[in-house]
Amino acid sequence: MNFSLARTSLIAEADMIGIAGERAVCDPRGVLYFPELRLLAVSDLHLEKGSSLARRGTLIPPYDTGATLLRLQAVISDYQPSIVISLGDSFHDGGGAERMHASFRERLEALMAGRDWFWVAGNHDPEAPADLPGETVRELAIGSLLFRHEPSKVRVEGEIAGHLHPCARIVQRGRSVRRRCFAGDGGRMIMPAFGAYTGSLNVLDRAYAGLFRLESLMAYMLGSDRIFAISRSMLRPG
Amino acid sequence: MTVEPRLAEQNAAIALPEPFLRWFGEKGWSPRAHQIELLAKAQSGQSVLLIAPTGAGKTLAGFLPSLTELAVRPRRKPGQAHRGIHTLYISPLKALAVDIERNLGKPVEEIGLPISIETRTGDTPSHKRQRQKLVPPDILLTTPEQLALLIAAPDARRFFEDLRYVVLDELHSLVTSKRGHLLALGLARLRNYVPGLQTIGLSATVAEPDELRRWLVSQNPPPGSKGPAMAGLITVAGGAKPDISILDSRERVPWSGHSARYAIPEIYEAIKRHRTTLLFVNTRSQAELLFQELWRANEDSLPIALHHGSLDVGQRRRVEKAMGENALRAIVATSTLDLGIDWGDVDLVVHVGAPKGASRLAQRIGRANHRMDEPSKAILIPANRFEVLECRAALDANYLGAQDTPPLITGALDVLSQHVLGVACGAPFDADHLFEEVRSAAPYAGLARETFDRVVDFVATGGYALKNYERYARIRRTKDGLWRVSHPRVAQQYRLNVGTIVEMPELNVRYVRQGRGMAGRGGPVLGKIEEYFAETLRPGDNFLFAGKVLRFEGIRENECVVSNGAGANIIVPSYAGGKFPLSTYLADQVRGMLADSDRWQALPEQVADWLRLQKEKSVLPKRGDLLVETFPRGNRHYMVAYPFEGRLAHQTLGMLLTRRLERANARPLGFVATDYSLAVWALDDMAALFKARKPSLAALFDEDMLGDDLEAWLNDSWMLKRTFRTCAVIAGLIEKRFPGQEKSGRQVTVSADLIYDVLRSHEPDHILLQATRTDASAGLLDVSRLAEMLSRVRGRIMHKHLEQISPLAVPVMLEIGKESVNGGANDSLLMEAADLVEEAMGRG
Repeated sequence: MNFSLARTSLIAEADMIGIAGERAVCDPRGVLYFPELRLLAVSDLHLEKGSSLARRGTLIPPYDTGATLLRLQAVISDYQPSIVISLGDSFHDGGGAERMHASFRERLEALMAGRDWFWVAGNHDPEAPADLPGETVRELAIGSLLFRHEPSKVRVEGEIAGHLHPCARIVQRGRSVRRRCFAGDGGRMIMPAFGAYTGSLNVLDRAYAGLFRLESLMAYMLGSDRIFAISRSMLRPG
Repeated sequence: MTVEPRLAEQNAAIALPEPFLRWFGEKGWSPRAHQIELLAKAQSGQSVLLIAPTGAGKTLAGFLPSLTELAVRPRRKPGQAHRGIHTLYISPLKALAVDIERNLGKPVEEIGLPISIETRTGDTPSHKRQRQKLVPPDILLTTPEQLALLIAAPDARRFFEDLRYVVLDELHSLVTSKRGHLLALGLARLRNYVPGLQTIGLSATVAEPDELRRWLVSQNPPPGSKGPAMAGLITVAGGAKPDISILDSRERVPWSGHSARYAIPEIYEAIKRHRTTLLFVNTRSQAELLFQELWRANEDSLPIALHHGSLDVGQRRRVEKAMGENALRAIVATSTLDLGIDWGDVDLVVHVGAPKGASRLAQRIGRANHRMDEPSKAILIPANRFEVLECRAALDANYLGAQDTPPLITGALDVLSQHVLGVACGAPFDADHLFEEVRSAAPYAGLARETFDRVVDFVATGGYALKNYERYARIRRTKDGLWRVSHPRVAQQYRLNVGTIVEMPELNVRYVRQGRGMAGRGGPVLGKIEEYFAETLRPGDNFLFAGKVLRFEGIRENECVVSNGAGANIIVPSYAGGKFPLSTYLADQVRGMLADSDRWQALPEQVADWLRLQKEKSVLPKRGDLLVETFPRGNRHYMVAYPFEGRLAHQTLGMLLTRRLERANARPLGFVATDYSLAVWALDDMAALFKARKPSLAALFDEDMLGDDLEAWLNDSWMLKRTFRTCAVIAGLIEKRFPGQEKSGRQVTVSADLIYDVLRSHEPDHILLQATRTDASAGLLDVSRLAEMLSRVRGRIMHKHLEQISPLAVPVMLEIGKESVNGGANDSLLMEAADLVEEAMGRG
């Protein structure tokens, strides 16, 4: 395997975190990369959310799919993974893949070419996306890791999930900063939503109750060019 | 008043039906000349603008044409169809409509007129609204939003077919906002239903009456009609000159700040000496502070109340009622009380802080002694030294009768989008006809056809270059060439989102018993607070709201939970709204006063001394000049400029100057802006740079900063995002947030910020971004004012290098550190938090 220079320089030791013994890069763009496995995980793309809302009369700009794919393209070209896992809610609804503009479909297929691509089923897209390559799975176990869309109620070491769109908020010098974040306690990790139109839910919300060992919960907040690891005591609700 | 009663009576006898003359006689009154003149003009078929001070009988004048016509109209015979609305009255405030119903109902009853008068506002129950549609009243009192709703109903044309008059109250305040644009478009629609419709505008004194006269009539009269494109004008001269004084305090007037705390004992004394005192302040935070301080001084337990827009409606109504009954000795209020509602016997107006505009001051002082022949009494309390100058200037202006109402702005495109959809909800429209109709409204008289077509395209499919939404169109052009709504759901959505007032996200302030914490339930709602403020609080923080010290417990869904608070470190919420910038006119007056030492005699001694000291240590600029001082302090270098163009324009200037200084390697660190001046500080010696012409001061202040620099900075500015959100809601792109909807959770809604980012990078010239930039330039950034200033001071910049800070610079220097000016990324704050974590864990 040939690691290009550009790629290795991306993997700074500071951004490496451990999940159930596996080491991963926590990328500030909101993806996880496992160098040993050459595996990239991305969650909650919500492609075609714009057109999904447009069907109900809210005509927000139809560029979200394009914007999301552009960002995904940048990440993939940096890491050149051999495995990509899209961790569910890849499309905002079951008809999303069908509605996708031809130019976007081409772009997506070009990204998928030459890689093992897994579509994990999500609550928004329980079925395989229409006419797209890749394998649709309910969940996926690789090494000590288990990839699934919704985090399970009981604690599972090594579980990597999405679904909740975590964000965190701090107040520093009287100013409030809210960012999307990875939320993890060393054993399980919940990934931020990647899609351009995805909102987020504070990790202190009751929807997360029971998911983490609170004393070791960390929010890895997304900065513009690095991750900021913030411990639970600094976090604010809302 | 200079009315010759005889003449007025003669004219009255001609114009007024007998019952009216008898009523005036019984009251011992005679009609005023302007009332008769207005009636005569209206009877000759003209629309009219009446400009008169408070207390001149404006309301009765406005309704006389309707009342006299209705008095002689034959009664409806049983079995005949109900007639539509005869007169529509529109006011900016619900409360004003309710007030008019009472005030107009009285004479109507006493004269014995068979006229029905009803209100229709957001508070009107639905059964009454339905009944009004079936049996319309003769006179309907309502607001601009309700008019928009009536127009969007399928039976609009029938409802309005008998309409004769539209009376527009407080027109001067309606026309300057987007509500005015919506109303102008609504009027254009009404004129389409009823071509002979007449309008009657009632206004306080304004700088440019002709603008309002055009606003009242069609700017696009149908071919063949020779009607003038301006309404007739009647002006009533001001009443007795108000008796205004500036507090010449025994105490030292502070250099900076806005609390006027130094003057509390003197204000309290004044309250004690008068029956009822109305205290005006410029912001809600000032209102809270002043109220708190007054109660601290209130040894006699005088009934002193608080009134501002964030308080719960019930509480505001109670204060208004108590005031009407003369049960209060003083009321601390913000602009919510500005407009023409009748109050009890106010005999003193105290204005705390500078009035920011001479016409605003005149309006507020008009509150006292609501009878126009007696002088109003007012005291101005400047909160700092520059405000002393401003108060003096405003006072001179009031005596001179000068006016500085803001100029009207071109009709906004987001409002037009809303209107186009509303028209389609009412009835199918032809684009050519609607375009002509829209252009007949004064704010849209200059609208280009291409822009109009883009708006229609936006309403239909979002108007995106990527044509992806054709099948989801909200309106469609059918075979007959008419545009119609594609689905009944569209009309439903429209009705929920109508209007142009978009609030910042707010939380209800819910009171619980102390000690119960977040578990407490069921206490009263005290009012609303802006979400971004609540987010900066920690549980246990004490803050001032609704005149109470409250303890912040936490945020629960859409509520900010509080209990009784106490303690020394009390935070005062700051509100985004309500900060008026200094008016251009007043700014010029202040510059004039600075330049002319003869006028200093009118100033308090300590302020005059301050200016004399400035003259000695530095220099005072001539009226048209811009003074720029530079001096070192600590290990930094400061530049202070004195444009007097208001805080917004100065903030924009500060952003642009620091960008330029950064490029010139002066290593600027920050800036702070007040209404009067701007301070920038840097690591490098800016005076040396100017001397070496790298760049020269003239180049630094060159107008070309409004080009690329402005564009580059704007795109990332939070101000633009905030403005975009407002435009997107008004234009119907995203829906208004309603109380309770917050519960559905943040992750399901698409935030306006995300839409902004996507749209900006993929279609930067989209019509909504265009509307956003126009709004931001006029509003939050005050770019036009900055542009005027930069062009005015060209070749007239006076640089003074000093060894130390000048007396004039002290106020702005004291503001440093009070206000956050860092417009950059928040990553540095995250970094601090992350470092703290590392430190605590013994790493790093």
